[in-house]
Amino acid sequence: MTDRTSQLELEQHEKTFLDSNELIINMGPQHPATHGVLRVILKLDGEKVLGTECVIGYLHRGVEKIAEHRTYTMFNPYVDRMDYVAAVSNGLGYCEAVEKLLNVEAPPRAKYIRVILTELNRLASHMLWLGTHALDIGAITPLFYTFRDREEVLKIFEKYCGARLTTHAFRIGGCVYETYEGFEREVKKFIDFVTPKIDEYEELLTTNRIWVERTKNVGRISAKECIALGVTGPVLRASGVKWDLRKAQPYAAYSELDFDISCACGKCGSRCELSSKRSERFLTVPSWRRSQR
Amino acid sequence: MVSRLKGRHGSGIREANTYLGQKYIVVDSSLIPELLQVLRDQELFDYCVDITAVHYPDREKQFDVVWILYSFTNNERIRVKAMFADGESVPSAVPIWPAANWLEREVYDMFGIRFEGHPDLKRILLPEGWKGHPLRKDYGIIQQDQEWVQINLGIESGQ
Repeated sequence: MTDRTSQLELEQHEKTFLDSNELIINMGPQHPATHGVLRVILKLDGEKVLGTECVIGYLHRGVEKIAEHRTYTMFNPYVDRMDYVAAVSNGLGYCEAVEKLLNVEAPPRAKYIRVILTELNRLASHMLWLGTHALDIGAITPLFYTFRDREEVLKIFEKYCGARLTTHAFRIGGCVYETYEGFEREVKKFIDFVTPKIDEYEELLTTNRIWVERTKNVGRISAKECIALGVTGPVLRASGVKWDLRKAQPYAAYSELDFDISCACGKCGSRCELSSKRSERFLTVPSWRRSQR
Repeated sequence: MVSRLKGRHGSGIREANTYLGQKYIVVDSSLIPELLQVLRDQELFDYCVDITAVHYPDREKQFDVVWILYSFTNNERIRVKAMFADGESVPSAVPIWPAANWLEREVYDMFGIRFEGHPDLKRILLPEGWKGHPLRKDYGIIQQDQEWVQINLGIESGQ
C-alpha cells in the first residue's frame, strides 16, 4: 500500500538519485523481526544509511477516542494494551493520573504493592527487550535465557491477578487484590534467583565480539540531542544524564525508597549495558521494602 | 517566573495558576511562539513533553492548544494554553524544540489544526488522504472514511 505522500517523497529524492549513489529502499511494514509494525523508508549509499523516514500508525487503535466514550474505570484495562509487555507500569501511570484528578490518594500498602509489581514488570520488560534485541542482531542464546527467567515474573503476576500480560493489576484508588499467600517468599526467591542471572546476561553479550562490534559506536546520541528530541528514560541515562523520574518527581512509594541511578556515555552498546545494570539496581527496591517489615 | 513573564508580556498572560499542584498559564494566541521561545531560553524549559489540543465545539474559538513543558535544570513542569479558532493556523514550535515535529503532526492529524512553519506537516497516524480528524468532538466513535476504506482496503466497511 503506497500512499500519495510517500510517492511524492520518492519523486523528490529521485532528483538527486542519478547524480549520487543513493538508493531508496522501503523496509516494512512487515519486517522479519517485527515487534510492532513500522515502515522505514531508507536512503542508502551502499551499506551506509544516509537518511530515514518513519511511517508509523499501523498499530494506531485510537484509544483517546475510545476513552472519550468510557468512564475512568471502564478505560482502565485499555491502558494495559498500550504496551502489553509493561501493562503493570501503564496501569500505575493511569491510576495515579486519575487519582490526581479526583484528588484522592491510594493507601500506603497499595502503594508498596504497586511499586513491587511495577518493578517486577520493569524487569520482565527489560528481559524481553534484551533477548529480542540480541536476537535481532544475530545472537539467539540470550533470548532463551531472558525468556526463561521472565517466566518467573509472569508466574507471580498470574498468581496475583490471574493474568500474565494484560494484568489490569491496579484500580483507581488502590489495588483490587491483597497479595496472595506466599507472595513475599516468592518475590524474595525470585530476586535471589535473578540477581546472578543479570551478570550472566551481561557476560553473554559484553564478552561476545560480534555483539560488541555491532553495537559499538552505533547510534550515537548526545545528551543535548536527547533533550531536544524529547528522548528520556534509559536512552537519556545512557547518554550521560543522571535523571530518573522516580527520583526527580517521585510517584507511588518511590520517595521512600533508596536506589541509585546509573548512567553511561551515549552509544548503543552502553544503552544495553546500562539497561542490564539498571535491572540489577532495581532489584534492590522490593528487597529494601521487605527488610523494613 | 509569572511576574517576570507578566512584566515582559503584560496582559497577554491571561491567567497563571496552579491546579492540583500543576502549574499552567493561559496566554493570548498572539504571544505564540515568542513566549515559547522565552520559556525555553530564559526559563530553561528545555524539554517539550507534549503538544496536544482540546476541542470545545460550542466555543467561538474552538480549540485549546496545549504545550506541556519540563525543565531539566529546575525540575519543573508547566502547561501553556492558548485558544485558536477552527481554520486558524498555529505558529510551529519546531524551531524551538525539534521534538515538536511529530507532536504537531499528530495534532494536525487528529484535530485538523495547521502549524505554520512546520517543515513537513502531514498526517502521522492515519493514512494520507483520509477525510476527517477523529479527535474532534463531532467525529463519531464508529465514524470512518468509508470511501478510503473501499478504495484502499477493497472492503465495504471497516466495521
